[in-house]
This record gives sequence, structure tokens and C-alpha cells, in this order.
Amino acid sequence: MAKEVSVLIGGKAGDGINNAGAMIARMFSHLGYRVFMYYDYPSLIRGGHNFAIVRASEQPVAVHQNRADFILALDQETVDLHQSHCPGCTLVINSDRVKPVDGAPSVSLTALLTAEAAPSIMGNSAMLGAFAKTAGIPWEKVESVFFAHMPKAEQNLRVARRAYDLVQTVRVVEPLHRAALPLLTGNEAVGLGLVKGGLAAYVSYPMTPSSSILHFLAEQKDRFCLKVVHPENEIAVILMALGFAYAGTRTAVGTSGGGFCLMTEGLSFAGMAEFPVVIVMSQRTGPSTGLPTYSGQADLHFVRSAGQGEFARLIVAPADADEAYVWSKIAMDCAWEYQVPAFVLIDKMLSEGTYSFTRDTTDDETLADPLRKGIAMPYARYRDTPDGISPLAFPGTKGAIVKANSYAHDEDGITIEEAPVVLQMTHKRMRKEESLISGLDRYHPVNLLGVPDASTALLCWGSTRGACVEAAGRLGLRVVQPVVLSPFPERQVKEALAGVKRLIVVEENATGQLAAVARQYGIPSDARVLNYDGRSFTPDELYERIQEVMH
Amino acid sequence: MARTLITGAQNTWCPGCGNFTLQHTLKNVLADRETEGKSLDDVVLVTGIGCHAKMADYLNINSVYTLHGRTIPVATGIKLANPDLTVICCAGDGDAYAEGLDHLIFAAKRNIDITLIVHNNQVYGLTTGQYTPTSPLGFKGKSTPSGTTEYPFNPVELMLASGATYIARGYTKKMPLLQTLIHDGIAHKGFAFIDVLQICATFFNMTDYYQSRVYELTGHDATDFEAACKKAREWDYNRDAPIALGRIYQRMLPTFDSHYPTRSITKEEREERITRLLKGSV
Repeated sequence: MAKEVSVLIGGKAGDGINNAGAMIARMFSHLGYRVFMYYDYPSLIRGGHNFAIVRASEQPVAVHQNRADFILALDQETVDLHQSHCPGCTLVINSDRVKPVDGAPSVSLTALLTAEAAPSIMGNSAMLGAFAKTAGIPWEKVESVFFAHMPKAEQNLRVARRAYDLVQTVRVVEPLHRAALPLLTGNEAVGLGLVKGGLAAYVSYPMTPSSSILHFLAEQKDRFCLKVVHPENEIAVILMALGFAYAGTRTAVGTSGGGFCLMTEGLSFAGMAEFPVVIVMSQRTGPSTGLPTYSGQADLHFVRSAGQGEFARLIVAPADADEAYVWSKIAMDCAWEYQVPAFVLIDKMLSEGTYSFTRDTTDDETLADPLRKGIAMPYARYRDTPDGISPLAFPGTKGAIVKANSYAHDEDGITIEEAPVVLQMTHKRMRKEESLISGLDRYHPVNLLGVPDASTALLCWGSTRGACVEAAGRLGLRVVQPVVLSPFPERQVKEALAGVKRLIVVEENATGQLAAVARQYGIPSDARVLNYDGRSFTPDELYERIQEVMH
Repeated sequence: MARTLITGAQNTWCPGCGNFTLQHTLKNVLADRETEGKSLDDVVLVTGIGCHAKMADYLNINSVYTLHGRTIPVATGIKLANPDLTVICCAGDGDAYAEGLDHLIFAAKRNIDITLIVHNNQVYGLTTGQYTPTSPLGFKGKSTPSGTTEYPFNPVELMLASGATYIARGYTKKMPLLQTLIHDGIAHKGFAFIDVLQICATFFNMTDYYQSRVYELTGHDATDFEAACKKAREWDYNRDAPIALGRIYQRMLPTFDSHYPTRSITKEEREERITRLLKGSV
């Protein structure tokens, strides 16, 4: 068995649970573990129960388990809600707000803060110190993590040290003596992937769970020379992005389902006018306002078919931070190479989950050059070409008159209604989709995981893969995960499923949307394992659910 | 060699349409620009959807023929992407005042350096005659056969309240003034708003009404906000009153686009900075 440990820290909204969880994740990372952190919070600013689960393992992890080995309770509710799910766990409690528990390491945050004349915001440092000692984590590791990631590290460390000295070690987390990896949230990985893909502008209206991409890129705007804009609404967001694209700037937008509803007219415009744009769509539980801070995979049909008319679009659905980075870059490249809208379709679980990041980012791949074909004069924005891709020029190019149009148009971009030209230009745009399909081959659009020749397979997409791979490992199953969901990689999915006798589709919606898409392509499924309460599958839960439909 | 400014696209405006005046005014402004030695390659025309929007097909310059109500966000993106471009929006009153009203207010609030020309004919022409936000009370259109029961709003007053830094009103039957207003609006650094009273020959011919009421502003101090408010409120687009034409308000403020970096990043810098950021995330 791989070495593994899970820690749950809980308290009220406003207690800084997310940051405290991230510090715990970093301590494990510095011990050589691969980590994943899930952060669970209701949609409010103060009060309500928040908790984070940090799972650390010798193996790569992309999902948490609900069963924790340690519970760090800032308040009584944390003990009441979680202790029963975690038999044999070690409690570390804040004695100010939690009733005494026999044998549990206990610290009074207020007493420690008073002793150091520290502000209440530093209370979590006391919890972290108490936890580190309880778990036998060497003080130097605590110090190095605090110095790297905590503002006012010295004072925080003094608070932490008092707690560290107060309690006894109960359960030792063994160090793995491996180098620590960077920790990134899924949204940060998306942001970095876009930057790697040449992002120069990001336009977004805040909406959970996409907002932290906006925050991250706004914070990093000077480092990466980004133009970050937060306009009046999502209609303006997408149309500004199309204006950026028309003028030659690589641009992305980010939103969730409700915001994307407002973007659909702009999406269809991008399809008709052939504007390259990346749309990061982070799903939460719907319909409508739904559960703003919980996860789901119920927008696949919506994103696949949004916008009036028929036009090519790329949809990629990465499973973890590594894939989010890689495929966000590919989405940007393909958007520009094929002049199509490209989606990075993610969910709350991935967006706000924290992952050990393993990718080498220094590869020497060059960006796709949309100007590669050269520009013939007189310039025609929509010149009909064998692969459907028209040479791209931007306004300001000497002698080129660049006319983009939402109406049916001719090669020059002038509005037309004549049937033969309508057909010619429709066929031109449709050929781009064929070009995109063959171009995607080089990126391996489908992952084959688990036991590759097993006769029972799980078909899944996006963040659900983490739980699928673990459950499949225990049950000896094959896992097939299409990263590209449009154009659907029919041939590659069928190849990955060759020899499968029983196909189980796992997804987080109530109707089996990937199962329905697969069926359209002649891939019937034998069973569906669905979850739609806003909470992602954990490996244990999924293991049980799959066993119910194995035969 | 001077560029031919009109495309070969067939013109489908009705005879007598005010859009012809606007087309020729824009053509003159562009031709003057070329005469002054400025390249037309750096000009982008952004239109909405409606009769006015055919301007994109008819003028032989860079253009984006966008969606109903969406000229401003597209134009904003273009200007932010490349501040060297001169971006001119032609929008209808349905476009700018109904479908895209939020964008209009924010463009004024931000002071983005673009020029908005509103072809305000107080009626939807292309959809064959319905009321718009500036139609007078009681307007009988196809969607309001018994007459509208809502007052128009006053776009000039709205722009004053929203922070626009160049506000003018023109009239298609006063072409020399219109040409000056558009020229000055383009020259203005900041958000330039020009409401153009334009008759719709087919669905709402206001020629007689306008002819007897319009007058050109003289001796008006366009830098005086209070005076501008007074002139803006003189005619509320509904009751009978003298209608001032000309530059109503102007002031200089930093533009939205001037706050954004124009420097781009090299591939090597990008990689090095990603690596550095990741090191900090360990």
C-alpha cells in the first residue's frame, strides 16, 4: 500500500480554512508527498461551515477521500459533522470553541495569540503548529513553508511554535525524502496554460467557480504583460474578446453556466465571423443559480450545442491541473490555427482543487502561426481555401481591408444572400472542422488508463477521472477518458474501447450526457453511474457504486 | 493613390433615407483624413444591426459588422488590443439605446477612446416600424398600434450623467455641421458620443418637425457642465421645444485604453516567468 494520509480542517466561513488547508498541503508537499486539496464552502461570506480536505499520497492524487486521519477542528461543528465519518482519526482541537475530547491535542488559540500579542487572523498558525507536532512533522519543514508562503512569517511562526511546543506527537506522517512540487489550483493551471499559449488579454465577469482565474491573471498581469478587463456583463465580455481577436490579440474569457448563457450570441458570432477565442467554462451545480460553490458536469450538451446555427468548435475537458495547463495551451493554439471558438470545460472540483503540478513548462513548442499562409492582395478575410482556413490579417496591415461580418458573407466579408455563395462559404467553414479533426490527432485526444486490456471499461470525462482511475485500479478495470469532447474523437474513443464487453459511464449529472454523446457515435453503454448532488465522487464511493453495476 | 471609399455592394437604403447623408459625411471625413496623410488602414468601422449597419458593407475600410446592440464592446476590445487604431462605431437608436444600453453607459463611464455615431431615427426601420427608446409618447408602430405609453429617454442627458467626455447632436439635413462634429469626435481623445437626428423616409419621416425646431449652438461654453445640462434638457425628445445642434459638452480625462500596457512579452520571457512563478509555488 502506498503511504497516504488525509487531513480535514474545518471552521466557519471567515476562519481562513482555504488558506490553512493550503499550508497543510504545502507541508506534505515539502515532505515529498503528492497532494490534492478539496475545499468545501457554502455560498456566503461569513458564518456557515467550511472545510478543506488535504489528501497526501506517495502516488499522484487528483481527488480526496471523505475519511480523514486527522481532523483539525476550529469549532464544535467540525467535530459534530465529520468525526463519525472518520473512525480512528486523530483530533486536534481549538479549546476556545470545541468541547474537550479525551486524548485530543488541544490548544487555546486566544491564549496563544494573547501571549504573542498577535492579531486573531494568526489563529490558524497556532492550529498549524499544533497539527505539525501531532503529526511529527519536523519544525524545519514548518519554518520553510511559512517563510515561503506566509506574510509576516516570523510572528506567525512564533504563534505556531507555542502550539508546537504545547502538544505531543500522536501519529507520525513519515517523510518521503522527495523534492517538493509546485502546488496549483486548477484555475491557476488554466491561467498558466493560456499564458503559455500566448494569452495577451483576459476578459471576465466574476462568477464562481471561474472567478479565481480572473483574480490570478489580474494579479499576474504585470508579470505576463496581460490586459485584464472586467466589463459590465458577460455579453460585453465575449464581444470585447472578439474585438481583441479581430485586432490580433490572443484572448480568453472565463465564466460558469449562467454567464455562459449570456455569451451564446457572441459564440455564434465567433463561429460565423471566424474569430479565434478561448472560453473557459467552469461548471457548477445547475440549473440556474443552482449550487454556486459545488461541482457538476451537467453543461456538456449546452456547451456542445450552444449558439444558433452550425459551426465548428473545440471543447477540451482536462481532468487535473497538469492537463488543465497542457490543454488550455492547446485550446489557445487550435483556436488561432483553425479560427474557431475553443472551450476549456472544467468544473468546481478542478477549478478550486489544489494539485501537485508535475509538468515541465520549458518545452520548446512554438505557437501556431495564424499568418503562416501569407496574405495575398487584394486581401479577402474569408478567402476560400482547400482546408477552409483563410489567411488571417488584422486591421492596421498595410493595404489590407479586413471586413468581419456576422451576416452570411462572401470571401471579402460583404453581406450576401445568394444561395450559391451561402453554400460555398458554409462548406468552407465546415472544411475547417475536418481540418481540426485531423489536426487534433497529434495531441492524443483520448486517454487510455487503468488496466488497458480489461474487458470492463469506465468511460468518463473531466475531473471525475481521478476517482475513476483509483476505483478502476482496485477493480481491475480499463478507463477511457476523452479529453476532447468536440469534435468528438470517435475513432480514438473506439480504438481505446476495442475489446470491451461491458461499458460503464461515470459522470456527474442526472441524465448521462457523455453516455448520450457516445451513443450518437454508435458507442452504447451498459450502465451509468451518475452523481448530481454537487459533491464529486470520491474513490471509495465510486468503488461501491461501480460494484453495483459490474455485472 | 487615394482609395475608392465606396465598395461595390449594392445599396439598399430607401430613397431619401438619412443614412445617405451619414455615408457621404463619413466618406468626406475619411477622404480628408487621407488628404492629411493619415492612413485609412488604421481606421476600423464597427456597426450594429439595422439599416444604419449596412455602412459596414458600403464603406471600403476595415469593418466589423457585429450584432444588434454590440458595437461598443467589440470596438472597446479592438481599441484595447491596438490603441493605434481609430475606432468608429455606427449604431442605431435601437442598438445603442435599447439592446446595448448597458454598454453605452459603461463606454461613457470608462472614457474608452472610440467614437459612437448613433443614427437616431426614433424608429426601428429594418424590422419595419416599431417604437424605439427615443420614440415620442404615443408613437403608433406595429408593436404599439394604440400608441406607446412610455416616454422616451433623453440620450444626451444620459450621456452627461454617465461621464461621456464628448457629447454632440447632429442632424442629417445639416451636413456641414455633422461633418465637423464627426471629425471633432474622432479627434477627441476619449469617448465621443454623437446623437444624429436622422429621418426614416419610410416609417417615421420627421423632416418637417426637425426643420422648424433645430438650431445651431452659438456662444455655448461646451466645457461648462451645467450649461451643457441645460442645453441637453431643452428638448427631451418628446415635447415641442427648440432642438440644439452642435457640440454640447467636452472635457479631457485620461482614457480607459491608456491605462493598459502596450508592451508585449517574448516567448523566452514568458517561459522564464512561468518557471519563476512555479518555483514560488513549491
